[in-house]
Amino acid sequence: MSGALLEVNSISVSFDGFKAINNLSFNIDSGELRAIIGPNGAGKTTFMDIVTGKTRPDEGDVIWGEDNVSLVRKSESDIANLGIGRKFQKPTVFEDQSVTENLMMALRNKRNPLAVLFYKSTRKDRNAVLSIAFDIGLESNVDQRAGDLSHGRKQWLEIGMLLAQEPQLLLVDEPAAGMTVDERNQTIALLKHAAKTRAVVVVEHDMEFIRNLDCKVTVLHEGSVLAEGTLDHVTKNQTVIDVYLGR
Amino acid sequence: MQGPLVKFLTRHPSTLLFLIILASFTVLVTLGSEAFGTGFVSTSLVKTLGKTLCLCLVALAMDLIWGYCGILSLGHIAFFGLGGYMIGMWLMYERTRLIVMQAAENTQLPMTPQEIQDAVGSQIFGVVGGSEFPAIWMFSHLLSVQLLMVVMVPGVLALIFGWLAFRSRVTGVYLSILTQAMTLALALYLFQNDSGLRGNNGLSGLQNLPGRDDTPQSVISMWFFWGSAFALGLGYLCAKLIVESKMGNVMRGIRDDEARVRFLGYNVEAYKLFIFTLTAIIAAVAGALYYPQAGIINPAEIAPIASIYLAVWVAIGGRGRLYGAVIGAAVVSLLSSWFTGGQAPDIPLGFATLKWVDWWLVLLGLSFVFVTLYAHKGIGGLLEKLQTGTSK
Repeated sequence: MSGALLEVNSISVSFDGFKAINNLSFNIDSGELRAIIGPNGAGKTTFMDIVTGKTRPDEGDVIWGEDNVSLVRKSESDIANLGIGRKFQKPTVFEDQSVTENLMMALRNKRNPLAVLFYKSTRKDRNAVLSIAFDIGLESNVDQRAGDLSHGRKQWLEIGMLLAQEPQLLLVDEPAAGMTVDERNQTIALLKHAAKTRAVVVVEHDMEFIRNLDCKVTVLHEGSVLAEGTLDHVTKNQTVIDVYLGR
Repeated sequence: MQGPLVKFLTRHPSTLLFLIILASFTVLVTLGSEAFGTGFVSTSLVKTLGKTLCLCLVALAMDLIWGYCGILSLGHIAFFGLGGYMIGMWLMYERTRLIVMQAAENTQLPMTPQEIQDAVGSQIFGVVGGSEFPAIWMFSHLLSVQLLMVVMVPGVLALIFGWLAFRSRVTGVYLSILTQAMTLALALYLFQNDSGLRGNNGLSGLQNLPGRDDTPQSVISMWFFWGSAFALGLGYLCAKLIVESKMGNVMRGIRDDEARVRFLGYNVEAYKLFIFTLTAIIAAVAGALYYPQAGIINPAEIAPIASIYLAVWVAIGGRGRLYGAVIGAAVVSLLSSWFTGGQAPDIPLGFATLKWVDWWLVLLGLSFVFVTLYAHKGIGGLLEKLQTGTSK
């Protein structure tokens, strides 16, 4: 077997006759930073839904990790516990709870109801939460209600929650949407930092953002891979120009 | 053992305050009762207050499942009623048996156990045209088993029902409808004469403790009042411990964004099932304390409207605040018995008279609409506003 962390093997899925994903295959290696681009409806979000267990593919298989576990029949929570974290397009943090509470909930720990009911926070866990809060630049907001944070800070909090889960693979959906230039640059630094210790897959529309990420790019179109390589390589590809960039 | 609890109470003074108020209220009622005090609190008022404490406890359960976990269950009144039925079976069986035994003392021939059993059977089931004991009364002579069933029967029902509903990912209004359907189905089943629980007659005479014929009701009512106050205090403390733990964080997470909790790696269905079953058991305990004070339980008690009342109490009191649920249940249910008891003065309007017995429900409905539209946080939210207003 190859050393791939995630293998997507010819998956297809259709909704009411519309083929959202059409015989899609590609691999993500461990520790890799990868960007996925493509026009609207190319199947980027559906791909994430399939990997994280929200949608089941009609055909094909998704193989995970060293033990080659198939993910297609597993529940969202099982997949999350195997080490795949996901960040949504819209920042989804628990607005009613504090930054600390959000991070504490995400922190890698036992997840069954009884263990959670009798959980007592240890010094180690509190320090872990503080150090993540520091990494995402929210160290002075730890007691603040997440709902009162700015849009950009909510995005970081969500990335921080993902880091707290200690996943081996991070799926990040449009992290730069709605951010200021400064916030974008910090987000890029944050993602690059995260990619040092794990694989990160970023779905993004913004070309400038992807150029700054400086990584391998996969172009999706109509549910399958159109081109793959460096950003310069794919942007020179004539088909990519025709379907995506040329518009 | 005491260390962590004392620490918890100092960190959450509102809980300490609640327990102090509850304890003072209990002492006050005791000092005013006919049995142990001056008698300015009549026995029937003691019963009303004791029942109100039980309603507060079931409202607490409703707040846990709805206010904190976001599941609007209309089934918790069914669990409340089942708890009452389970304890009622023992109360009714044992008391009837003692009456039969007493009557048998005057006869020439001693009765065989079978004859006693038959006599008790025809006493209890004569009203539905039978004398045979249905299988579900198998353990009605054993208080311990019936007490266990108070917890087990609603608990297992909630576990099975919740497992089926949650694993199919039924949520929101559909789940509410499903729980309402369960409650209605149970009520309709119990209405049948061959349900084994005396059909629409229900179980009665529950205010009499078997073997305590010499103890006046004024004393028995105080026993149940103390029991209810203790159960409410304990229930409040446990509920507070749960919502302040990490479990509470996950519950509120499920309420606000279920999918996100799932992607964090929590098995949302297991959590919902845990809370649903736990609150069903709390509701059942409340019911088991309520119905001996009410004296009678029949299937009309778990009619769909009762579930709606429960939700209205919690909404008016303030969802997601434990004391809000307690205040809501106490205020609305006491007002309700005041208005519908005919004590409220009618208001003559010249062309017509406003009779509160009829118009109370309209007033309740209007206040529910008002809370839903203008004061989501209910009475609890108003109190919080007053508190922050004075501290500024």
